[in-house]
Amino acid sequence: MSVSVRIPTILRTYTGGNAEVSGEGATLRDVLAKLDSDYPGIGARILDESGKIRRFVNVYVGEEDVRFAQGLDTPAPEGTQISIIPAVAGG
Amino acid sequence: MSLDFGPATALSCRECGARYPLGPNFACVECFGPLEAAYDFGDVKRSDIESGPASIWRYRSLLPVPADVASKPNMNPGWTPLVKAGNLGRALGLKSLYVKDDSGNPTHSFKDRVVAIAVEAARNFGFHTLSCSSTGNLAGAVTAAAARAGLDACVFIPAGLEQAKIAMARVFGGRLIGIEGTYDEVNRFCSELIGDPMGDKWGFVNVNLRPYYAEGSKTLAYEIAEQLGWRLPEQIVIPIASGSQLTKIDKGFKELIRLGLVDDAPYKVFGAQALGCSPVSAAYKAGHDVVQPVKPDTIAKSLAIGNPADGPYVLDIARRTGGAVEDVTDAEIVAAIKLLASTEGIFAETAGGVTVGVLKKLVETGQLDPEAETVVLNTGDGLKTLDAVAADAQPTAVIRPSLDAFRATV
Repeated sequence: MSVSVRIPTILRTYTGGNAEVSGEGATLRDVLAKLDSDYPGIGARILDESGKIRRFVNVYVGEEDVRFAQGLDTPAPEGTQISIIPAVAGG
Repeated sequence: MSLDFGPATALSCRECGARYPLGPNFACVECFGPLEAAYDFGDVKRSDIESGPASIWRYRSLLPVPADVASKPNMNPGWTPLVKAGNLGRALGLKSLYVKDDSGNPTHSFKDRVVAIAVEAARNFGFHTLSCSSTGNLAGAVTAAAARAGLDACVFIPAGLEQAKIAMARVFGGRLIGIEGTYDEVNRFCSELIGDPMGDKWGFVNVNLRPYYAEGSKTLAYEIAEQLGWRLPEQIVIPIASGSQLTKIDKGFKELIRLGLVDDAPYKVFGAQALGCSPVSAAYKAGHDVVQPVKPDTIAKSLAIGNPADGPYVLDIARRTGGAVEDVTDAEIVAAIKLLASTEGIFAETAGGVTVGVLKKLVETGQLDPEAETVVLNTGDGLKTLDAVAADAQPTAVIRPSLDAFRATV
């Protein structure tokens, strides 16, 4: 499945400055694996040593925060947009 | 560009400790952890603070601001009353209770404290526009501070906010954009806008200026300690939205101890949430050290952050200090607003109903020591959330202007 991945500013050093790159995979886990093979090292910034999404990273597949969905097993349908965003708050 | 952040010397990652130069950055490149200001305080004396202005700027030597900050156009928030709440204490069975009443700030919430620090950061970085994602109070604090400082403002709120908060955010000028969605969706939107050319030279107070902004909440800790006669309270009840305020009050207490400004005495930190948005309370009760996000549904809209970024730190602090995190229903929030108003003459917004309601629950469940000195925070003004009490807060009677008619009402 082909998807687009929005890259936060702090990870754009890996993508040559690109804010959005194309990705591929049936699930979020597959998309992140492919992303890391395209841009070596980026995966370890998003996932911790045990392979879980770092606690200060929010990942969205479409409009949904994947922590509400199936985490790394969330399906990544054709054409969907995936966003990787640092967690911040303070209303 | 020459930067002047007073005693602040660097940004450091709260997760992994990586250090960065002072800049408009908020997330660690190594691990995405939140960046916070690191300082070289030098020698800070009580007398220097006591001779300062009656605002947060009396603590300027403990904040990431230039020494001449008080002479610049800003809102001069803080130094709000610490009210000895004997009546409320008696009603709840507490021996010594104080209400730190932050409704008296310039735009009637504690947010003026944090925004004032963010304004100095925006000036330092040469930003022309002040922005934020807001649950309401912050939007008004930002647009007011921008007007005073001569900056443009463009703020983002969930479209379904209370009318008073919308009016308060709009009246100061600037652009107010309602987003169809929850606060968490507004927050996500701002995080994406920040990486876009449209957001260039914008200071998002709670995103790219967050390491500075968040430090403003330390002033609540400083003021409470100074107002108690340079002493830490034994117990404190703090509302949780993102968890930033609670985290920074703890940081402030620890700094006062380290600098020798107060004695090193134990204190317990209690967090308060509304049941309709209680991800931190739920994680605390379940024994978890991470927070599962929720979709908020509560009248305490200023606390309605379903994905609280500082939630893990709140859990750490509550457990480290021997406190707890508790939640109350919307009905308990309304009852607590009325209790605080009728015992102490303080009209709190719904967030204040949450803290007072949780205080009551903590006493009733034996989680809080009724003999120990306790401070409860009210962070906003009841006039902004009138709907919460309006149904019951009606005239006792409506009569003709005659003594007989009045006598009949008694």
